[in-house]
Formats: sequence, C-alpha cells, structure tokens
Amino acid sequence: MSNYPAFLIIAPLFAACLTATAGWIRRSLSFPLAVSGLTVSFLSSLGIAARVLASGKFQYSMGGWAPPLGIVLELDYLNTPFLVVVSGAALVSLIATRQFVEKEQEAKAPAFYALMVLAVTGMLGMVATGDAFNLYVLLEISSITGYALVASGDRLAPLASLRYLLLGTIGASFYLLGVGLLYMLTGTLNMADLSRLLPPLYGSNAVLAAFLLILCGIWLKAALFPLHAWLPGAYSHSSHASACLLAPLMTKVMIYVMLRVMLSVFTPAYIFDHLSLEGFVVTLASVAVAAGSVMALAQRNLRRMAVYIVIAEVGYMVGGAWLGNQTGITGAVLHALNDVLMTLCLFLAIAAVAGRTETLDFKDLNGLFGKMPFTMGALVLGAMSIIGVPPACGFFSKWFLLQGAIEAGRFDFMAALLFSSLINVVLFFRVFEYALYSDGHMHKQEEHGQTGIQEAPLSLVISLWVAVAGILAVGFCSGPIVRMFIQPALL
Amino acid sequence: MHEIYSIRPFLAVIASLAVTPILLSARSPNVREGWTFAAGALKLGIVVSMLPAVLGGSVFSFRLAEILPGIHLAFRVDAMGLLFALVASTLWIVTSAYSIGYMRGLNEHSQSRYYCFFAVALSATIGAAFAANLVTLYMFYEILSFATYPLVTHHQDEEAKISGRKYLFFIVGGSVALVLPAMIICYIKAETLDFAPQGFLSGHVGPGLTTVLLLLFVFGMAKAALMPMHAWLPAAMVAPTPVSALLHAVAVVKVGAFSVARILTGVFGVDLLAEYGLGTLLAVLASITMLTASFIALSQDGLKRRLAFSTIAQLSYILLGVALLTPKGITGGLVHIAMHAFGKITLFFCAGAIFVATGIKNISEMKGLGRRMPITMGAFFVASLSVIGLPPGGGFISKWFLVLGALEAHELVFLVVLLISSFLNAAYFLPIAYNAFFAKPENADMDAGFQEAPAWCVAPLVATTLASLWLFFNPWPFLDLARLAVAQVTGG
Repeated sequence: MSNYPAFLIIAPLFAACLTATAGWIRRSLSFPLAVSGLTVSFLSSLGIAARVLASGKFQYSMGGWAPPLGIVLELDYLNTPFLVVVSGAALVSLIATRQFVEKEQEAKAPAFYALMVLAVTGMLGMVATGDAFNLYVLLEISSITGYALVASGDRLAPLASLRYLLLGTIGASFYLLGVGLLYMLTGTLNMADLSRLLPPLYGSNAVLAAFLLILCGIWLKAALFPLHAWLPGAYSHSSHASACLLAPLMTKVMIYVMLRVMLSVFTPAYIFDHLSLEGFVVTLASVAVAAGSVMALAQRNLRRMAVYIVIAEVGYMVGGAWLGNQTGITGAVLHALNDVLMTLCLFLAIAAVAGRTETLDFKDLNGLFGKMPFTMGALVLGAMSIIGVPPACGFFSKWFLLQGAIEAGRFDFMAALLFSSLINVVLFFRVFEYALYSDGHMHKQEEHGQTGIQEAPLSLVISLWVAVAGILAVGFCSGPIVRMFIQPALL
Repeated sequence: MHEIYSIRPFLAVIASLAVTPILLSARSPNVREGWTFAAGALKLGIVVSMLPAVLGGSVFSFRLAEILPGIHLAFRVDAMGLLFALVASTLWIVTSAYSIGYMRGLNEHSQSRYYCFFAVALSATIGAAFAANLVTLYMFYEILSFATYPLVTHHQDEEAKISGRKYLFFIVGGSVALVLPAMIICYIKAETLDFAPQGFLSGHVGPGLTTVLLLLFVFGMAKAALMPMHAWLPAAMVAPTPVSALLHAVAVVKVGAFSVARILTGVFGVDLLAEYGLGTLLAVLASITMLTASFIALSQDGLKRRLAFSTIAQLSYILLGVALLTPKGITGGLVHIAMHAFGKITLFFCAGAIFVATGIKNISEMKGLGRRMPITMGAFFVASLSVIGLPPGGGFISKWFLVLGALEAHELVFLVVLLISSFLNAAYFLPIAYNAFFAKPENADMDAGFQEAPAWCVAPLVATTLASLWLFFNPWPFLDLARLAVAQVTGG
C-alpha cells in the first residue's frame, strides 16, 4: 500500500472528530473509535517501516500536490522508528488509562479521548512532515490539545496548565519567528528546499538568528534545563491519563524535531564548523542532566521524582546530539526512542500505584511489593532500564552517549551521565526500600502473600507489561535498530 | 581449537531463570523446592554434558542477539568458564538442600521470593562464566548485583536496609562508575570486546592507559572485594546463611574474581601485562588485601564476619595467582576458585547449622560446642584445613600451585606473603575447632548433650566436607580444566 503515510495522519484525525461526535449519540462508542484510530496509525507506521527498510526513504505528497508548494511527508530512516514508537506508545497509553478517563471525566470522556487522539495526530504529523511551517501548525495542534489535557487533574492542574500554555506559546512563537526569518531569506518552507538554499547564506547573521530562535523554541518545548519550568507542574498535577500520554511523547518528539532541524534543515557542517556552540550546549546539557538528577533526589513523591527524571533525560539527548560525532547523535536518537518506552513504563506504573494508595508520597508506598507484585515487577524492570542495566534498552543508548562523549573528549558530559546513572540507582532503590519495608507486619507473614494482593485494573497491568516487553525487545535488538535505521539516517 | 556451535550454553544459563514463575506461583513449598532441584539438576546436567568435549580441547559457542553493532550477546564455553560453572552449579544443588533445612528450621518469611532470586542469581552466575565478550560479562555481572539485593536484605529490618545500601553503593557504584567507562574506552581503542587468548588490547594502548584501565577494572569489579572495595562483604553477612554460603563464598564473590581473571587474560592478555609490569602492581594490591583482611579476621568475634574477612583474603589469592602471570600461578588461582568454594561453603554451612541448632553467632560462645554438635564441628575442622591450605584439604592443591607460581615468577616476596597469610588463616580458624572440642563451656547448662541441626542442614555440609577431602586426593576435573585454561590463555 502506498497510502500508509496518509492513513498515519488522517486516521487519528478523523477518529478524533468521530470520537467527539459519537459521544453525543452513545458514550460507549467513543473509546473503541479512538482506539481504532490509533491502531490504524500504528499499523500504518509498521507498513512505512517495512517499506523504508525494503526500498529506502520516500516522499508522500498529500493530495498529490508536489513539493515545495504542497504538503509533503518525508518518510526516511530517521523518522520511521519514531513513528512506530510514538504511535505504539500512544496506543498502549490510551488503552491503559481508560479507567482513569471514565472515572474522572464521566460525561466529558468522549471529548477527552478526542483530545488525546488529536494530540497524537499532531505529534505524528510533526515527526512525518517535511515542511517547516506545517511542523509549526502540527506543533500547535499537539500543544493546544496538550494544554487542555493537562488542565484536568488535581486542584493545581489549571494553574500548571496556564503556566504550560504561557511558556509553550512563547516556545512555539520563537520557532515560528525563526521559520519566518528563513522564509524571508529563502522564499521556501520546505525542509529539503531550505537545506539546498541555505548553504550560500551560512555567513549571514539572519540565518544564525533564525537558527537560534528555532533552537530556543524547541528547547523550551522540550523542557531542557533551565527552560523546564513548565514541565514538573504539567506532568505531576494533571490527570494520570494526560501524564501517561504526554510525558513519554512530547519531550521526545521535540528532541526529534531538534535533530530534524539540525540534520535536514541546517547541516552538521553549519552547526559544528560555522558555529561553535557545541561547547556551550554540551556543558548546558551536562548541567541539565546533573540538575535534573539532583532535583529528582530532592523529591519525596514518586510522581514528582519521575518528572525530574524526564528533565534529566532531556539533557542526555540534547548533549548526545551536540557532541558533534556520529556516535553521539546515534546515542541521542536511540535514547529518544528508548526513553519513550521507559517513561511510558514509569508513568503507567505510577498511575497503577496511584489507584491503590492514598498519595504517591514515599511514606505511603509501604508494603507495595506485596500488594501489587505485577506493577512493582514492571516498575523494577523499567527502573533497570532508566538506570542503564543491560539487556534493558536504556543501557545501549547510554553506551553510545558515553562513547560519543569520550570520543569528543567531553569528560564533563561523561561524568554527568555516570552521575545521573548512580543517582537513578539511589532514586529507585529508595522507592523499592519503602515498597519492600513495611511497618513490621510483613515480617513472618504467612508464606504465600496471595491474600493481600490488590492489583491495578487488568488492562493497565497488561499495558504496563507491554511497555516492559518493548523495553526488553528494543534492548535485544539495539544492534539491528542502529545498523538498519540510525546509521543510514546519519549518512 | 575446535569450536562447536551449540545452544547448550544458553540453555544452561536460562535453566534456572525459566523456573522462576513456577517458583513464585507454586502452591506448596515441597512442589517449589522440587522445581528448584529439577532446575539445578538440569543446569548441572547441561554443564557436565559439555565437560568431555571441553576437556578434549573444544569450545562451545552460541550467539543470541546483536546488542550493539558488531557486538553480540554471545556465550563461549572454554575451560576457564566451565571450571567456574561446574563449581557454581554443583554447589547450587547442595545449597538448595541446605536452604530447606535452614529456612524451614528458622521458619523464615517470604521463602518463595528467596528461592526465586536465588535461581535468577544462578542464571546470572553461569551467564558470567560463559560470557564470550565484555558486554555479556558486564550484563550478567549487573543482573547478579540486582538479583542478590533482595537476598541480602531478606530480613527487611533496619540493619538489612543499611547493608543493602552499602552493598549497592560498592557493587553497582563500582560497575557503573568504573567498569562501564573502562569498557567503552576498550571498545573505542580496539573496536572489539570479544575475549581473545592473548587479549585484544595489545597494540592499541600504551602503558599509561593500560594501567588506568587495569585499575578501573580491578576496583570496579567490586565483587572481587579488593581493598578498599571490600566493605560490602562483611555488611552483606546480614543475609540468611545459605545466601552468605552460596553467594558470598561462591557465586557473587567468585564472579568478581572470575571476571577479573577473565579480563586480565582475555582483555589485556598475559604478555601485555608482563610487558608493562602490571602483574606485579596487581599482585601487590592483592597481597595488601590478603594480609590486611587476615589481620582483621583475627579480631572478629562474629563467626560469619570472620568468615567474610577470610573470604576477602582468599579472593585475593585468586587475583594474586593470576597476577603472577606464570602458568603455575594462573593454574593455582583458577583451581583456588573451586577449592576455596568447597571449603568456604562448608564453613558457612557450619555457621548456619550452629545458628539453627543453638542460636549462637559469636565465636566466644562456641567453647565446648564440639560435644553437642560433633558432626558440624568436625566438618568445620576439616574445611578449616582446606581453607588454610593444609593436607588433607583440597585447598592444599591450589596453595601448592600458588607457591610454585611465585617461585616460577622469581617473586619470593609473594611466597612470603602466601606463607604469612596461611599462618594467619591457621591462627584465626584452628582455635575455633580446638575450643569447640577441648575447651570447657562457660556455663554448664550449655552442655546439653547431642544437639545437631536438622538433617537437611547437616547432610549438605557433610557432602561438601567429603568433596573437599576428595579433591585433595583427586582434583579432577578442576585441575585439568585449570591447566587447559592456562594453555588456552597463554598459548595464543
């Protein structure tokens, strides 16, 4: 089928509209519609991956309008794995969080599903598009739906959403300004065209200004420290359904956008030879990794801890992308893919725990291993990946990042990565200690603790283990993924 | 060298991992322990099935998945790996039997978890023994670290919690902060991580970097307990005694020592180390650890803590043997993996049996214990001889080769160190057995007649004692495997 790319975007877009309208007729119709929309997306992304593997990258012109004027999707080695991971993770997250949505939103559930699917549509579009302005439009689609999703949650969620909205809009505006400048300079918005027309202009300050504006906009949306202020509130006060969908995907998609801008709009030659920003950016990334880890260490709540881990991970990827060597970028790409799965696993586990404990404060996690063995088992495996224990996937991307850091002579970044790994050990084993040790009544309990089991809903537990299976599968296949997708993408 | 491509190494690794769901869900303890024994027998059977071919000079290999471009998750069974796997899988069965006596005797909680993580730990141990490259070794090393954490903290009290933290700090801290960067530097320099007969670093690194890498590896592999990375081992003694016995005398610590031996021979290569004089550096570090740990052991009153410090010293024997870089020295180091395992596991079994039968943990309270527990204390005496290195204990064989190795290397200093250390071993072990049989108990009501531990505790320790004795008279197949391993790593 040659129309996979169209289905990838159109299916969830239509599904979102249908989900919202079907809610007026019968509420029970909307969830299956939303799921089927994302399922079609996921299958299309697999189809695209098969085609890219078989015959290399290809272009898809929406409605048959040829680029540079028409809307064009570029499907290549770089974005194919992102499409698969993003659509897959979104599908798992949607299925996993159904209970939360039904319980929290009640009559508004169809609209909430529609927002979730629409946000994913925007992200998939951002990953697939070959046009810098379309990217802005799709960014706004996923951002605005994101603000709405974040706004539902606890008492502080509307405030967090407002903050996210203000900062997110500033970020998107920066990006738009940068793209506008590029349009003034070159007269085109198509990425392939831009990369052809820009090299003669590389000396110009306007190009530099455009690049920096775009970069700052992306970093703000990706929550790179110190531009992360919106993230902790947005992902810790919002509904678990929103957090499970947005936290794994949003920052990683923005990292992809950064890579796309660095590789396909500008060139590594411009970034690393003309400008000499990499020294500063890698230092910034090292600080981000260390700061994210330390802030995570300061938290006394599982969910707050997780959001700061997300911030530290953003530093991993930005640093890897800016090391200026193939290994580093390979690490950044692989880590972005892995981090989708790891963050998904982490937030799903947190959502599962949240359904069975009063709060997510550490002190309330006592005895959780006995109460929720399957959830905690999945959390342990997810934690192993975040710490970087082989064969979980997190180890292999960390390997490339470390190798890239050593090759580039950036021992500060290497030290930051190792520091963060060790802090992650402390973070998770502190949680496990609380979950393992209870106030003494576990000791000498009868042998089979079956009586005390209070697991999360089955769909959530299964989704969680799907995420774990993904972590292990990607880990075992790291070699082929790098060889078949990432290395050709960087040629 | 004939290479056989076979799935057997992989099956040996997962045999125990595969039964963990059954162990967790088994309805009765007897069914659960039955499965543990079945997995143990299967594992040992697979390992033994590879013995004839390996003794004939063949090597088994298996590739599972490509985890980094050009680097596979791969297994390779050579003489060195098989030696260690044979020790670990034999003693797992014995320890499982002992666990039944100990855990049921004390009516311990969470036994399913205990057996389950034990099985995972054994999978990781065999995986490390059969690893064909550095990443695979690192992977199983790390899995072992995390699988052992719930065993170390089994008692779930404040002391266990603090020990668990200490354990993670040294073991995981060492492997992440030191071994991981060292491994990546090796990969950048040599573009391979597959163990090779004379190492793969030769020609890629200068003396300075080689020294740094060596130090990163030997200290980073904190399971080998080279001072100052040893502090986790005495702390980990809060674990139930079977855990201390198998993991902290055989599997975990030996994985550390084995990994260092593997890295010295397969990554650096004997010739490279000799060229840069790094064997002597490591031998000095090992000697310092050996003597310091022995002196500390003298002053410990807790039996398990004394055994822990003795283990720290004995691990350095293995490192010293390999660091001598002579055929006899390496043979001695490798054989010591087996000999020390059988001796030390017996001593730990005895410590556990004493605790189960009488609740005594301290050496000062063990006067006259020989009358109440003659079998246990007799076994303790024989195993002490083996660990000290006196005939008729198996430990004599390995110490003999270590001494020959020191002579072969013309390093009389290390010969003296070995002799002093043996003397110290005698000084901290023999009084325990002597007092047990010949000293009067401090209060007469302690003299309560025959009072042995349950049969499930006593039978395993008798078995390992007899094995220790048997190995003195016939050290097959461990000595043959060690000699073959030496030929494989020095012949090139």
